[in-house]
Amino acid sequence: MNRRYWIFIGGFIGLLGWQVNRFEGFKKPKNFPEPVYDFKSNAVTKDGFELGRKLFYEPRLSRDNTISCGSCHIQFFAFTHHGHDISHGIEDRLGTRNSPPIMNLAWSKAFFWDGGVFHLDLQPLVPITTHAEMDEKLSVVIEKLKQHPEYPELFRKVFGKPEINSANLLKALSQFMLMCISSNSKYDKVMRKEGAVFTPEEQNGYLLFKRNCSSCHKEPLFTDGSFRNNGLAPGLNDDRGRFMITLDSTDAYKFKVPSLRNIEFTGPYMHDGRFYDLGQAIDHYRFNVQHTLNLDPLLEQNSRHGFPMTEEEKASILAFLKTLTDREFLSNPMLAEQ
Amino acid sequence: MKRKLLLSLISVSTVLLYGLNKPENEAAEKLVPLYIQFINQAGNQPLQLNTGQYSNSSGESFTLSTLQYFISNIRLRNSNGKEFVVQQDSSYFLINESSPQSGKVRVNVPEGEYDRLYFMVGVDSLRNTMPVGKRKGILDPANSMDNGMYWGWNSGYIFFKMEGNSPKAPVDPTGQRKFRYHIGGFGGYSAPTINNLKQVAIDLPEQGRIIVRQGSQSTTYVGADILKIFEGKTSIQISEHPSVMFSAFSVNIANNYCNMFFHHHTENR
Repeated sequence: MNRRYWIFIGGFIGLLGWQVNRFEGFKKPKNFPEPVYDFKSNAVTKDGFELGRKLFYEPRLSRDNTISCGSCHIQFFAFTHHGHDISHGIEDRLGTRNSPPIMNLAWSKAFFWDGGVFHLDLQPLVPITTHAEMDEKLSVVIEKLKQHPEYPELFRKVFGKPEINSANLLKALSQFMLMCISSNSKYDKVMRKEGAVFTPEEQNGYLLFKRNCSSCHKEPLFTDGSFRNNGLAPGLNDDRGRFMITLDSTDAYKFKVPSLRNIEFTGPYMHDGRFYDLGQAIDHYRFNVQHTLNLDPLLEQNSRHGFPMTEEEKASILAFLKTLTDREFLSNPMLAEQ
Repeated sequence: MKRKLLLSLISVSTVLLYGLNKPENEAAEKLVPLYIQFINQAGNQPLQLNTGQYSNSSGESFTLSTLQYFISNIRLRNSNGKEFVVQQDSSYFLINESSPQSGKVRVNVPEGEYDRLYFMVGVDSLRNTMPVGKRKGILDPANSMDNGMYWGWNSGYIFFKMEGNSPKAPVDPTGQRKFRYHIGGFGGYSAPTINNLKQVAIDLPEQGRIIVRQGSQSTTYVGADILKIFEGKTSIQISEHPSVMFSAFSVNIANNYCNMFFHHHTENR
C-alpha cells in the first residue's frame, strides 16, 4: 500500500514536471477569434520556435552583424524600440516610421503601417534588406548561417534537412513571432472572469473607450486591422501611408489601426512616433484632429473633430488602457534572448 | 482478402482516374528542349550597357546601366492551332542584360511545328502570392531580391527594370543624372491596384517557324528593342519622368514595353 502510494505521488510529480516543460505550441486564447495565419503550412514546433527565437536575436541578419530583430523590437516594451520615434538601423541610419510591436501577429492580415506585406512569412524580408535597417542581402544571411557552427544542425532538426534556405529561415522566424501572444492582461482576466475586477475608474474608462475608441480599436485585439486617417497633420515628408501600396487616392494618409495592447509600453506613438507620451496621444483626439484628405468619418461627427472629453474622462481612459498591460508577456522568459 | 481486393481496386481506379484527368502537358508525349534566345537591342543595334549611346523618340540621348525583365508563362501554338503550355514550375526566367547566359531560355515542348509564341512579361499574381516555401529558383526571395527584382515593402516581384543616364534627366539626390524605371504591380492582394502584367504574342513567319524534333536543337531568337519603351501609346520623356516605380504612370511604360518584342530569326537544327 505504502509503496503504491509513493509510486503514485512520484508519477504525479513527474507528470507535473512534464506539464511545466512541455511545449504547447500555438494555443488560441479563449477570448480571441480564430487566427488568420495558416498553420497548416508552418506548424509551430518546439525546435522551430527555438530556432526562430535564436534567429530573432541573431545580429548576423544585419550587414555589419551589429543589430538583430530584437534590437528594435525589445520584449519589455512589447517588442517595440523604446525611446525611438522612427526605426534606427545600422550605421545610425534612420527610417521613416515607428517600429511596431510584435504581438498577436497570428491575427494580422497585413503588416507594416501601410499593410504593404500580406503574409507574415514575407515580413522579415523588409527589415533585413532595407537600407535604413539591416541593409543585408538574404543570400548573404543564408551564407553566414551556413558557416555558423550551430545553425545547420538546428535547421536539420526543424526541417529534416540541413539545408538553410529563405523559406526555412522565414518560416522559423514566423514560428517565433506567432508565439508572441499577449492575452493575459488584467482586461483579459476580467473578460474571462478569472477573478480580476476593474476598479471604478477603469470601469468608467472602459465604458468611455467602448463609446469613443472601440470601433477602430476593436476588442479583443484592440484593432480592426483597417487603414484609417486619424487626423494627424502630415509631416514634412508627406508620408501618404496606405496610398503608397494601393495608389488609390482615397487611401492617402491612412495608416493601419494599431493594437492598443500593452500601450503603456509601446511609445512613442503613431506611425512616425510623434507622441512620446500616452496622454499626448489621447490629447490628439481631444484637440488636434486635422481635417485632412480622407479623414476618418468617425472622427468628424456633428461638425466636430475628434472626441471632446474632460480631464477626468481622460484619466479614466488612461486607467483603462493600463489594464491592457500584460506583464506575463512582457517578461515571459520563453520569449527572451537565451 | 476482401479488404485487400477493395484496396487494390481503389488504387487501380485512382491511377486510372489520374490518367484520365492528367493535363495534356504531362501526357506521355516525350518532350524535347527548345531554346528561346532574347536579344536586347536599341533600334537595330545590339545593346551595349554603359558604352552604347542612344537617343529616344523625343530626341533625348541616354546610356543604359541596367536592363532586366521577367519572362514567364510560356506557351506555343502548333501549326494545327493547338496550344502547348510549358510546365508551370519551369516557366519563369529573369533576363538580365549584364548576364549574357540569362538571355537563353530553355523550355521542354513536344515535337511539332510551331507558328506562334506567347509569354508574359512579369510574374503572374498566383506566384506573387504563393507561400514562400513554393517559390523556387529565380522566384526564391533570396534570388529575386539579390537581383533587385522584388519589392519587400510592397510584396511583389518587379517585372521590368531599366536604369541609365541622360543629360536630360534632372540631377538626382545622388548627384547624378540618372533615370530609373522599376515596373511591377500584379493587381493587389487585399485591395485592387495597378496591374502591369503583360501578355505578349509573337507570330513566327513561315521561314521562322520552330520545328522541334527528337534530337533536334531549335532556337528561336526574340528581339527586344528598348527604344520602344519610350514610344507607343504614350511618349515617355526622360526629362519629365526620370523616376518611375510603383505609381499610376508606370502603366504607360508597361504598355509600351510589351510592344518591344519581335521575332528575330529561328534556327532549326
